[in-house]
Amino acid sequence: MVKKSIHEINSKIRDGSVNVVTAEEMVHIVGELGAEGAAKEVDVVTTGTFGAMCSSGVWLNFGHSEPPIKMQKVFLNDVEAYTGVAAVDAFIGATQVSETLGMDYGGAHVIEDLIRGKSVNLHAISHGTDCYPRKVLDTTLTLEDMNQAIMMNPRNAYQKYNAATNGTKRTIHTYMGSLLPSYGNVTYSGAGVLSPLSNDPDYMTIGTGTRIFLGGTQGYITGAGTQHSSGGGFGTLMVQGDLKNMSPDYIRAANFTGYGTSLYIGMGVPIPILNEQMAQATAVTDADITTNILDYGIPSRDRAAVRQVTYEELRSGYVDIDGRDVPTSSMSSFKKSRIIASELKDWISRGDFFVSMPAERLPKDVSAKPMKQTEGIALVSDIMAVSVVTIDKDASVYDAAKTIMETDFNHLPVTGEDGSIVGIVTAWDISMAVSKNKFDLVADIMTRKVITASADERVAVVARRMDQDSVSAMPVINKSRHVIGIITSDDISKLYARRS
Amino acid sequence: MKIKINISSDILTKPIMAESILETGVLLNISQAHFDRSHGEVVADVERDKFEMICKSLMNKGAKVTKLDTPIRWDEDECVECSACISVCPTKVFSLDDDFSLLVDDAKCIQCGTCVDMCPHNALSLENSK
Ligand code: SF4
Ligand code: SF4
Repeated sequence: MVKKSIHEINSKIRDGSVNVVTAEEMVHIVGELGAEGAAKEVDVVTTGTFGAMCSSGVWLNFGHSEPPIKMQKVFLNDVEAYTGVAAVDAFIGATQVSETLGMDYGGAHVIEDLIRGKSVNLHAISHGTDCYPRKVLDTTLTLEDMNQAIMMNPRNAYQKYNAATNGTKRTIHTYMGSLLPSYGNVTYSGAGVLSPLSNDPDYMTIGTGTRIFLGGTQGYITGAGTQHSSGGGFGTLMVQGDLKNMSPDYIRAANFTGYGTSLYIGMGVPIPILNEQMAQATAVTDADITTNILDYGIPSRDRAAVRQVTYEELRSGYVDIDGRDVPTSSMSSFKKSRIIASELKDWISRGDFFVSMPAERLPKDVSAKPMKQTEGIALVSDIMAVSVVTIDKDASVYDAAKTIMETDFNHLPVTGEDGSIVGIVTAWDISMAVSKNKFDLVADIMTRKVITASADERVAVVARRMDQDSVSAMPVINKSRHVIGIITSDDISKLYARRS
Repeated sequence: MKIKINISSDILTKPIMAESILETGVLLNISQAHFDRSHGEVVADVERDKFEMICKSLMNKGAKVTKLDTPIRWDEDECVECSACISVCPTKVFSLDDDFSLLVDDAKCIQCGTCVDMCPHNALSLENSK
């Protein structure tokens, strides 16, 4: 049995005799020497990851102005930072987007610009108090001008993450990138073999107080991250580090088309090999780590898993979905993850970085809850109009015009012989027909491709579809495609207006 | 060389590609085609010295023809070598080397723009779009 202490490992780091390897190298060493042999041989295993971590941001302290201000709202390059803490402290979050540039520029870009030494415009407003009389403040600041700039990320370094695909007929844009229609591609995130938490899944050495590589400098784990769900293998970390020492090589702003901004964070966690269990844990490979491919085309929290997959298969470039080779893309950078693991290895070998024992271990077997929604989830059946007037496809345009005038409905679902829906006509279609002097049958002027809803769908989902297809009403149909109601954008606006 | 032929909805039902090929005797090697109700788009290879001829013929029939001679631009400084672009490119312009470096074979690019939207780091751009 091998048993080493943190103290022994740190003395080896001090005298230069420490043996450090990356988690990729460790796979081979354990393969050759076995866990016991590897534990004797190796003192520290380094991990690394570089990927989009939306739940990131920086606490800034700007110093006091003359006359002083107690900021009520503050903007950095037009991106709002949260300043509801004292007078001149603010938290700039990575995904907050610019008031003027929208999704093209966000908190992540402010953070990268600061690291690159660029100056940012600060605009603050306040109601003014006896002790803080100033009401408006405009100035330009660089990172150097701030008292503190502490990166403090509530949720980083997911142990592993679901892979994404899209079963719908249109391309969708998500925080997992563009997902092509009909399972056209699969995207995934995470460093697999190099992933920090996958190399210590029982949190034997990783916990509150663990010293880590963060953004190119030394940082710390301050505890379990928000939504930490160790029970299901989705542990997360809350981390902290000094932005003033970080490098743009390891902190990069990103834009996801149609989603917004995010921050790519480079992080590496050293894992001291105290015994053979730790040696065994750090021998984990891409083939050992499985995740689910989820259909992001399903606009719900509970997305169906298309299949299970290992990181090895994801990394091979293709995964098999229903007998088809579907190309994969990593959203995180494996090359950068490797660079981070080997940079951390160098720091430790050179004696610049010492390992630590956590003051508190991360909680095991906990899971994150979904949100409690007191308003209940509104379904189409809750707000649809049930008295709906339909028209036969063989009716005349004149009849349709008359029906619209008499009933005050702007949309008439059109029914066929068996009473099922075959199209829709609107007041607009009829005006068009009349203006062209076309008085044919409804069937000739109706829209055949009707966008419909079903009664048990959630209103939020239907609202999104209405938006995407630019329609203002949808017939609600049952299984046999008979019209049982209609839902309009007005109904939806009223629902949301009532709630807010 | 690669060209892109755009056909608008009003002439979509006419066999203008076939007509131009017959009329000029210039062969088009079609590598991508997409048609829906609103427009048609075809990417094809044509011999360089025959381009003028077929281009004129297609334009006379109402099609729009663009040379695809300014392929995707890759900004290595912005790129973090994630590989997000790989799975969306229809012509396999991108791949990863053994050491996980990004390889870009821009000769295959048909300027569809899909990767421009995909890249999280604004490292990819086309001259004629954003
Ligand atoms: S998606 Fe962009 S950042 Fe990622 S590898 Fe491709 S070019 Fe580089
Ligand atoms: S523009 Fe289209 S063809 Fe060219 S590299 Fe990008 S995705 Fe590939």
